[in-house]
This record gives sequence, C-alpha cells and structure tokens, in this order.
Amino acid sequence: MALFILRRLIQSLFVLLAVSIVVFFAVYAVGDPIELLVSPEASLADRQQMIARLGLDLPVWQQYAGFMWRALHGDMGTSFVQGVPAISLILQRLPATFELVVAAMLMTCVFGIPLGLLAGLRRDTALGRGILATSVLGFSLPAFWLGMMLILMFAVWLGWLPASGRGDTVSVLGVPFSFLTRDGLAHMAMPALNLALANVALILRMTASGVAEAESQEYVKFARAKGIRPRRIVNRHILRNILIPVVTVVGLEFGQLIAYSTITETVFAWPGMGKLLIDSVYQLDRPVVVAYVMFVTFLFVVINLIVDIMYAALDPRVQLSAPAH
Amino acid sequence: MPDSVSSSRTRTVPPLAETPRRVAILRKLHGRPTARGTLIILAVLALIIMIAPFFAPQNPYDLANLSIMDGRLPPRSTAMDGHMYLMGTDDQGRDMFSAILYGIRISLLVGLSAVAIATAIGSFVGLLAAYVGGRIDAALMRLVDFVLGFPSILVALVLLAVLGRGVDKVILALVLVQWAHYARIMRGRALQERRKEYVEAAMNLGFPAWRIMLVHLLPNCVGPILVYATVQIAHAIALEATLSFLGVGVPITEPSLGLLIANGFQYLLSGDYWISLFPGLALLFLILTINILGDRLRESLDPRR
Amino acid sequence: MSDLLLDVRGLRTAFHTTAGAWPAVDGVDLTLRRGEILGLVGESGSGKSVTGFSLMGLIDPPGEVVAGEVRFKGEDLRKRNEEGMRRLRGNRIAMIFQDPLMTLNPVLRIGEQMAETILTHENVSRADAMARCVEALAMVGIPSPQARLRSFPHEFSGGMRQRVAIAIALLNNPDLIIADEPTTALDVTIQGQILYRMQEICRTRDTALIWITHDLGVVAELADRIAVMYAGRIVETGPVDEVLDAPRHPYTQGLLRSMPGTTQPGARLRQIDGMAPSLSARPSGCPFRPRCGHAITRCTEQFPGPTREGSRTFHCYAPVARVGGQV
Repeated sequence: MALFILRRLIQSLFVLLAVSIVVFFAVYAVGDPIELLVSPEASLADRQQMIARLGLDLPVWQQYAGFMWRALHGDMGTSFVQGVPAISLILQRLPATFELVVAAMLMTCVFGIPLGLLAGLRRDTALGRGILATSVLGFSLPAFWLGMMLILMFAVWLGWLPASGRGDTVSVLGVPFSFLTRDGLAHMAMPALNLALANVALILRMTASGVAEAESQEYVKFARAKGIRPRRIVNRHILRNILIPVVTVVGLEFGQLIAYSTITETVFAWPGMGKLLIDSVYQLDRPVVVAYVMFVTFLFVVINLIVDIMYAALDPRVQLSAPAH
Repeated sequence: MPDSVSSSRTRTVPPLAETPRRVAILRKLHGRPTARGTLIILAVLALIIMIAPFFAPQNPYDLANLSIMDGRLPPRSTAMDGHMYLMGTDDQGRDMFSAILYGIRISLLVGLSAVAIATAIGSFVGLLAAYVGGRIDAALMRLVDFVLGFPSILVALVLLAVLGRGVDKVILALVLVQWAHYARIMRGRALQERRKEYVEAAMNLGFPAWRIMLVHLLPNCVGPILVYATVQIAHAIALEATLSFLGVGVPITEPSLGLLIANGFQYLLSGDYWISLFPGLALLFLILTINILGDRLRESLDPRR
Repeated sequence: MSDLLLDVRGLRTAFHTTAGAWPAVDGVDLTLRRGEILGLVGESGSGKSVTGFSLMGLIDPPGEVVAGEVRFKGEDLRKRNEEGMRRLRGNRIAMIFQDPLMTLNPVLRIGEQMAETILTHENVSRADAMARCVEALAMVGIPSPQARLRSFPHEFSGGMRQRVAIAIALLNNPDLIIADEPTTALDVTIQGQILYRMQEICRTRDTALIWITHDLGVVAELADRIAVMYAGRIVETGPVDEVLDAPRHPYTQGLLRSMPGTTQPGARLRQIDGMAPSLSARPSGCPFRPRCGHAITRCTEQFPGPTREGSRTFHCYAPVARVGGQV
C-alpha cells in the first residue's frame, strides 16, 4: 500500500513538471503584457523599469528556471495586474469555489443516485424512461446555457433567487464561507445546481445502467432463490455493487468540477478561482494563469490518489500492491 | 442406419400461438423503431445551412445593413423599412433570425471539422500504436493518458488564451482536446483485430505496414470510432459555444451561436430575453438532434440486433 | 397419490423470440417422494435447467411458464403469487446453482449472505442465525467455520464455495433441494466428496433432492431414481439401477453406450450420430427420431405417450428389446 502511494506520488510530480513547462512556454507566447500595463504615453525609461521589475527582459529559459525556483519556495509569481503574489490571489478565491463545488457534489449524490435507482428499477415505466430521456439534456446542453436559463426562470421571471454574486459570508476558522447564511444559500443555490447538472445526469445514468446490469447478475437470481425480500436485494446486494463505480466517478468528477466552475462562475459572477482565471486570461496576467493551472493540476493529482484509495476500501477484490494498469 | 439430422427433410415443431403476454414481452425487449425522421430533419437542417445566405432576410454582418435605431426590438416588431423581425433584433440592430442562421452554420462548421480532423489524427495515432507496439506504443499511450488527464475546458481555454480568437484557432483547440479519445478507442479495437488471422496472413504476404494498417485493419476498426464521433459532434459544438461565450472563441466578425448568446446575456436581466433565448434554443435544437441521431446510429450498428 | 412431495404434470415453459415462441420444456411429468433423490439427466439444451427454474418460479422474460401443474405437498405452486413463492424459496424449496463464483455476491461477506437466508424467513436473533450458519458450514466440511463467516467469496476455492452454497440450501431444513449441475465446474475428487456429503445429509434429514446433470456416472452413484430428458421432454424414468442396467429408450441406451467406461478397451468409442436440435428446430413427433436407430413411421407423427412397466415409464414406440444382460 505504501509502495503504491509512493509510486503514485512520483508519477504526480512528473505530471506537475510537464504541465508547468507546457503552460509556461505556451503562455509566454501570448501578446505583450507591457502593452496592457503601461500607458502609451509612458516614457521608455518607465517601460524598461517595468520590464526589469517583471523580469521580462531575461531569456525564456531563465524566466522559467526562476519561476520554478520560486514556485518550489511557494512563490508562483506576482500578478502583473495587481502586484500581489499570484498564489495569494488564488488562495483568496479558493473558499468560494470550494463551497460551490462541495454543494454541487452533494446535489449530485442527493439527486443523481436516487433518481438513477428509480430509473433503473422502473425501467419499463413511463417514469423511468422519462427520467432517462431528460437526463440526456443534462450533459448534452452546454452548462452556460443551462445557467442562463436558470437565471431567466428563477431570477427574472419568478424573482425567487438573486441572479448573481455571492451572498453574505461568515468566518469559519478564519476563512469566509457563505453557506452558513440564508442570503449566502440563496445566492449559492443556482450556481451550485448549474454546476451539478451535468454530473447529476451522468451519475443518474450510471446508477440506472448499474442497476440494470446488477439485476441480470447470477447473484441476484441466487438471492431470489433464497427467498430474500426484493427490498433487501436492492439495498444490500445491488447497491453495494454499483456504488463502487459511482463513487469512483464522483471522486473523479470533483476535479472536473473545479475546472468547470470557470463557466458557472462567469455566468453567475461568482467570485471564485474560475472567474479569476477568465479575468486573468483577458488581462494577459500570465503569472496568475500559470499559477492557476499548476494549482488545479496539483488538486487533481491529490484527488485522484484519494479516489484510488477509497476504491480499494470499497471493493475487497482490489489488491493495491499489484502494479497499476 | 439412422437418418442424419436435416431439418429440410424433417418437419419441425411450429412455434406456439401468439398471446398478448408475448406481444408485451417482446415490446419490452426490442425497444423503439429506428427513426428515419431524425435523418430527414438533419438533412433539412443541412440544406438550410447551405442556402442560408440566400434564405436569410438580411446579411447580419454587412454593417451597411444595420441601423442602430432598430436595436433591441422585440420579436415580431417591424423595421423602419417595413419588414418584420421574426425574432427581434440585437443591440446593433441585427436581425436575430438571420444571425441565428449564420450562427448555426459556423457552429456546425466548427463542430464537424473539429471532429473530422480529431478522428483522423486520433485514429492514426491509435492504429500506429496498436500495430507497431513496443516502446512507441507505450510512449504514445503515455501521451494520450497525459492529455486525457485534464478537463477539456481548461486545456481549450488556456490554448485559446495563447492563440487568440479565430475560427481556425478554435478548431485547432478542439482537435487538440479531443484527438486522444479517438486514439485510445482505436488502439483498443486495433489491438483486438491485430490478433486475428487476416492480419497475420497479410503480413506473411509481405504487404508493407502502411498498407496493412490502412487497407486491412482500419476498415474493421471503424465501428466504435464512428459511434463515438457522432456523439462528439454535439459535444464539440457545445464546447465551441462555451468557449465563445467565455470570450475566447470565434471572433465578433463570424459569430457562432455561443457568441450570440454571450452578446445577449447582458440584456437578459433587463427583460430583452430574445437576444439570448433564440440563439440558445437553436443551439439546443442542434445539439439534441445530433445526439438523437447518434443514438439511433449506435442502435442500428449494435451487433446484438 | 397424496404422499407425493412433488407432482409435476404437463409442465411447459416457452421462450419468446422475435421469430416465435418455443417450449424449452415441453410437457414434463415428474414425481418425487419425501427423502427421494432424483437424477434429472440430459445434454445441454435439453431443458433440464429450465425445468429446475420453472419449479422455483424463477423464469423471467423472455421465458414464460405457459402450462402445467406443479403440485408441492398437494398445492399447485403455479397458483401462488410472487410473494407466496418467495416465502417458499430458500425455506421449503432450496436451490443450488452451477457456478458458485457467480452466485455469491463478491462484495458481501459469507456470513451475511448465509444469515440473510435465515433472517428473511424466521424471526430469530442475529446471533442465533449466525450460530446456525456455523453449524451448517461444519456439516458440509468447512474447517474453522466461525472464522470463515467473515470471509469474502473470492477467498474460497471453487469446491469450498460450492460447499457454502450447499450449506445455504440446508439452512432452513427444506423439504426439497434442486441442485442444478452443482459439481460440473469442480474437479473429480472434490465432486466425489460433495456427492457423498449430499447423500448423507439428504438421508439423515429426509430431504428430497433433484440433481440436475449431464453426467450419468454421478446419477448412478447418487440417485434413487432417474429421469432422462431430451429436447424438452422426459423420455424415460425409473429406479436408477433398473434403468441403467436395462434401458428401454434408445436415447438412454445411446447415452450409456457412449460412456467411455462401457466400451471394450481398444474398441472404437461409440457415439450417438447427429446433434441435439436447437430450440426452434425440434422435429415433430418424437424429437429423437432423426438420430434413432429404431425409428418407425409412427415416430414422426406424434410424441409417444407413456408406457409403464412396473415402477418405470418410457415414451417410445419402438423401445430397446427387453433382453437381460449387457448393453
């Protein structure tokens, strides 16, 4: 087990390294940030000063080397636009994204699994078929469009929920979170739902097809031959088996959600990391973009590792000491 | 000597009579009939796309046509020159209906090209990896795993941030994000096929590698790729719309549906819903139709039938 | 005949396909007394497994039991609803499946899968149920049964898994056990052990057993009576020694002859020419006719009715001659 974790950690480090190289050099090729940050009337001396301050006059590889050195010491560059460390900007926005993502995950499980069970068990009824058909909409329609429709329906036409922004926050352990206030929840409801919708559809379908597959398994037939009640067959025998792939997907999707929050945060003007990324891309604020990608990659890697471990805990057949793939 | 079994000479037992129960059981098993209707709808759509320039009441990109005085008119209002705006106008005075027709065109163009190119590249890589095997296979698959490890939206976003806006750049970004999926599918399938005897026979006959790969292996591996590609078209269209909405996609001179929606977003709250809603509905329609078509295609290709 | 535990008459189970519905089990009659062991023999596709499932009421679409009576302790089971059948299953009638790896749920512990069989039918405490499980495991010869309760199925070997399945069948002391080829997937030595145990258990508890198999050797050792199936029909039944010593139906004779042990060393192995017909291509009249050496014209017209000889029954117009001695 320890060997497994060690091996995965080393793999992750390589991934991080590769990503940092790719991103840094890619972003380096973009426009000229000087044009953005210095007014056309600025003197040449001012420009030189700016270039020197931001380290833009050094050769590329030196910039990268400097960047990596600083990154390993926790310094991922300073925002061109705001002049503060990029990583602090990201960390500042992290709680907002985090609570959104967690809320979305909760919704996914709370809506996705029961609806999926229903659709799977009542496959032959109009209800079951209807649920499955509607679920297609969840992941084929673009998230931003769904978000807009939500705003249109609940904010503009019905006026029940606020259209954008984050609500009042309360400090928990020194970190501001908004889910503890009523206003916060009202603001969070739509974005979280929007973020969750694609996943709800996915988990729903996975659960439904898992039920269908499980029902045709021999052990279900055997359970019936033993006279076990249908309720228990579903809850104990079937659910346990389909929960394994579902949990895996839920775990993996966590990382995806952090990425997709970009869209939701833009639609709902939610002040999270995703919005920060979009704004930084617009403003050609390279350090922030690079820091964001590195940070998110890091999150992914950690999440994947946790999911692998959880999978092993749920499925007694998996031997983690065996070589991966 | 006992007769050999030959059902042509032996009368066999006829099947049991039809019962309502039997009909019900069969209906549950064998699902819905194939819908040629979807194909027809799509053909009509394609036709509309083709003739949009002639069909649209107005060329939405010819600035000379636009009059700001006609801006933000609700659906079914009349223009200064008397003709009716079926779906209203946007803030620049553009007729939404025409803009949508053009927008569908761009969306379809981007979606189809991206998928076509990604399929070609991905299939080739997968085929190569499966056929050659060894280190090259390992290296290619490491690359594929790496690419697939990231959410497509993030990669596309950063890519386009680097490359700037433009239809060709969007297609490039979409291709880069998608190709790895095809590579993986193709490789899996090709590995299975590779073990079959016809490949061995071709190798023994001394055919060059490229010929075996393209002429012998490829046609047999095309099935799952085709199915996946159909689904991916809708996905590519959605992704392009998202990127354009976020402001990194197609430029303002050739707005796709996504960009139209983005344009109208700011007016949503003030009640001028049509600027976003109608392009949105068009996008919806497009995606759903392609998805349903993909489903039908998948069903008809299913070997179990 | 009220002392019969099981009395099946005219059982017909059909399978629906788009091309038509055909009976996998086509008019089967079976009888069974308390504590009796019946060997149901037939090749693949003969319908023997389907018969077993039909008795338990476990035929799912596209299958359907279309006709017949299944009298268990005097009551026609076909008239019971699903909940009624559920109360019998695992309780008064138990089943053992062929492949123990697939029939035990891989993510649940053995103890739970055993105990649930008791707990679903009786109102006992969990501790009592577990105690009975330990007893059952011991009875089928599983070492350290108490510890084994916490194991998962994949931790057992094939033979042990099948023993667990047998133990489960015995938990509620059923009147009838239907075993569907339980030893086919196991190697011969294990098979022998399990057969021995089954026989012992059934004798001591007076449990009736239907042992479904294609292996005549197993039946010879284990069963009291034998029923031979071909293409969905029973062609011969009777006490095992009598039938195997002097078969009356040509198919039974063919089966016996094709067993390697019955051929002289060095002589050619005998076989029955041709192949068993598929479900939709069964010949009319007697389905065995195309492969039968005795066939007469009458065989194409109608399936032969039962001919009784003492406690034996067979369905043939031109049976094997009743000569004493070897086959």
